[in-house]
Amino acid sequence: MPPLLEALGLEARYGWTKVLHDLRFSVEEGGITTILGANGAGKTTTLRAVCGMVKTAGEIRFDGRRIDGKATEDLVRLGIAHAPEGRGTFVGLTVEENLRLGAYARKTKASIADDLDRIYQYFPVLLERRRQLGGTLSGGEQQMLAIARALILRPRLLLLDEPSLGLAPLVVREIFRIVRTINKEQGVSVLLVEQNASMALRLADHAYLLETGRVVMSGPSTEVGKDDSVRRAYLGY
Amino acid sequence: MNSEISETVEAASAGEVAARVSAPPRVTPRAWEVAGLLALIAGACLLPFELSGFRLFQFTQVFVYAIALLGLNILTGYNGQISLGHGAFYGIGAYTAAIMIDRWGVPYGWTVPVAGVLCLVVGFLFGLPALRLEGLYLALATFALALSVPQILKHFDGWTGGSQGIVLSRPAAPLGLPLTADQWLYFLSLGVLLVLFMLGWNLLRGRTGRALVAIRDNPIAAEAMGVNAALYKSLAFGVSAAYTGVAGALSALAIAFVAPDTFNVFLSITFLVGIVIGGLASISGPIFGALFIQFVPNYAQDISKAAPWAIYGIFLIVFMYVMPYGVSGFLRLAWRRLTRATAGTRPK
Amino acid sequence: MEIFLQQVVSGLATGGIYGSLALSLVMIYQATDVVNFAQGEMAMFSTYLAWSLMNHGLSYWLAFALTVTVAFVGGLAIQRLIMRPVENAPILTIVIVTLGLLVIFNSVAGWIYSYIIQPFPSPFPTTAIRVGSVVFGPHDLGAIGVTLVLLILLYAFFRFTSLGLAMRAAAQNPASSRLVGIRVGWMLALGWGLAALVGAVAGMMVAPVIFLEPNMMSGILIYAFASATLGGFTSPGGAVLGGFLVGVIENLAGTYISFIGTDLKLTVALVLIILVLLVKPSGLFGRAVVRRV
Ligand SMILES: Nc1ncnc2c1ncn2[C@@H]1O[C@H](COP(=O)(O)OP(=O)(O)O)[C@@H](O)[C@H]1O
Ligand SMILES: [Mg+2]
Repeated sequence: MPPLLEALGLEARYGWTKVLHDLRFSVEEGGITTILGANGAGKTTTLRAVCGMVKTAGEIRFDGRRIDGKATEDLVRLGIAHAPEGRGTFVGLTVEENLRLGAYARKTKASIADDLDRIYQYFPVLLERRRQLGGTLSGGEQQMLAIARALILRPRLLLLDEPSLGLAPLVVREIFRIVRTINKEQGVSVLLVEQNASMALRLADHAYLLETGRVVMSGPSTEVGKDDSVRRAYLGY
Repeated sequence: MNSEISETVEAASAGEVAARVSAPPRVTPRAWEVAGLLALIAGACLLPFELSGFRLFQFTQVFVYAIALLGLNILTGYNGQISLGHGAFYGIGAYTAAIMIDRWGVPYGWTVPVAGVLCLVVGFLFGLPALRLEGLYLALATFALALSVPQILKHFDGWTGGSQGIVLSRPAAPLGLPLTADQWLYFLSLGVLLVLFMLGWNLLRGRTGRALVAIRDNPIAAEAMGVNAALYKSLAFGVSAAYTGVAGALSALAIAFVAPDTFNVFLSITFLVGIVIGGLASISGPIFGALFIQFVPNYAQDISKAAPWAIYGIFLIVFMYVMPYGVSGFLRLAWRRLTRATAGTRPK
Repeated sequence: MEIFLQQVVSGLATGGIYGSLALSLVMIYQATDVVNFAQGEMAMFSTYLAWSLMNHGLSYWLAFALTVTVAFVGGLAIQRLIMRPVENAPILTIVIVTLGLLVIFNSVAGWIYSYIIQPFPSPFPTTAIRVGSVVFGPHDLGAIGVTLVLLILLYAFFRFTSLGLAMRAAAQNPASSRLVGIRVGWMLALGWGLAALVGAVAGMMVAPVIFLEPNMMSGILIYAFASATLGGFTSPGGAVLGGFLVGVIENLAGTYISFIGTDLKLTVALVLIILVLLVKPSGLFGRAVVRRV
């Protein structure tokens, strides 16, 4: 079976500057793949490239079909949901409105109420805050909101951009636990980019290491986690 | 469709867009600007001996507009404060000249600097409360100023002659120079324009210019760096008003007539059009802008008698499509393309 | 007291018009940071359209319905065809394009319909309405009613429909909106369409009072601008309330402050507004703009 998402010779540029070089990676159907890298390595750009938010060259396939060059709005309709860097909260809308927006591009509108209930089960704190403005949530709550908003699309692929950034370890653990549950229960495939390598490696089944826009290592997470240079540079032991 | 992010990013890295609100901080003129300016001055000195009286008058008007536009550009282009009311300062300048000459018999030569100083003070004072007003609110306040000026002028009809206005006689050339009144006014305006441009250029390329641009682009950081934003903003207002007031005084001399309804809101809007068409925050922009606001309405009239302003509107829109950064922004880009192409350093 | 009440009601009637036009300004401003200077002229043009439809024998409300439809489509088309090419240009550049539209509409209206002032019918009965000893103009009350209905419909649309929600989202955060699949460009176009529709209604409501001519909206636009500023350019509801306030202040000032008369009414209203703004620079109901370092 072909992978759900596959990038071949992927390049991306901002203006004249090329920031991704000849990237190759894939996400298996039902799998969790992580791309690790330091600040500025190109993780966010990789996710933006997948959703058509930057100019790219090379091939991106989703479910076997070419998707490079497609508009972001159309990719959402194929089932690619993105919890972006900075969380992308609609700060002036209520939590519930934020979530309703997540379902905007859904084909089946009928079961949105049910899905909202299920989402609230995953993220009880959002239920408490559903009438509050998005901008009034804490960082961790906004991260949950971003993931919840992505999930209500019923995506096939979930793109997560550093969900651990700036959050307390306990909150991070909670969020990762939920991502794992969602992956198990709903079969959503996940592409996670992270600096927090130890958490990401524990969650993912496959890992890539990104340095200045190039993949410098890849393999099953357990293998990558054992590599000496990775341990020294990213895991700190 | 491309996302907004990728587009803005691309433009920014190409150096075209620093901020969406205004053109990039370009204070020192480019080589082409200097060369073009010199050629223009040389040509400008020959013009009066080639053109008929009315044509010449139109170019005198171009210089006068250019002064006003430079003034507005200091405020809006360099300092980022949008004024929809500079017609008011133009009017104050014009009436200062007219009243001094007609009512008090002051020699006309004095009226221009006095108009400048008066507008400097009025502008500075107006700039003080305006400090509290951001963006649109400032636009509204200045708009109100523009609206009220014709009414105020009519109100004090003892001085201003009310709706009738004041008729002046055109000054003759001094020192027995063999020039017609048209030619003399032309050279006078050109001279004032050159002096004010040199002053403006000196002001803008130095510390003051950098401070103004810094306040426009990043007011909080500018304050943190020790720039007294309040002072600079009021000063920008004052200087800008002074330039426009000088232009107004010159226009009163050139037209030899002032009337309240000339200085209406549309004049202010015309000035705004002029600086955007010419190019914000550029030294040469006011010249291009002045040429546009002086001549394009006439051409529009030639094209269609029935709906000249529709033609003018189409010109405006097409101009903005082709040159979103104004004429000077367009030339700057063309110049860069040219040098890059000849140097062969275009990055892959 | 009777005069006071009458002035307040007629102030509310014109205020509703200012508020409606202010609302159209705010709808576009929130989405694009641009003040559409052509808003008034678009409304004027729509009103002329209604006028010629009625001259061709259509009934008032049929002409009304057709006009708002055409205005909506027209506003949408203007955004798609004329504003879109300068979408990423500096804001003042976009403002100049709207000024271009202003002079085009004004000039073309003068060309087609001439600058001769025309009467415009009111759909409301002409018999004055008495409440106790106070007499109200029926058109005033009707215009207030139409304005309120329109505002309630708009509120419901933005508040309760998913399209309305998407439009709000697109105005606030275009990047995130794309990520949930909202076609931001079309939301902007819809915003222009709705703004034009609201403007058309305002034009048709004010035309019986100030008569029809190509420059009829320039004064109204200034009041609308003042209303939006007073209420806060970031707050649609505030803009509408600002409109009512400006309408009432204008009328009362004209009636009770003798030196103002009709000539200085506009100036005095604006000066009052500026004084208010000096005390509260973000408008009465607006949010202060948070600046990033
Ligand atoms: N909007 C942008 N414009 C220009 N360059 C950018 C932009 N965003 C990121 N970059 C550059 O691209 C590179 C990769 O950035 P990014 O993908 O954000 O890295 P990461 O998410 O791994 O921290 C960096 O060198 C960064 O400076
Ligand atoms: Mg990142």
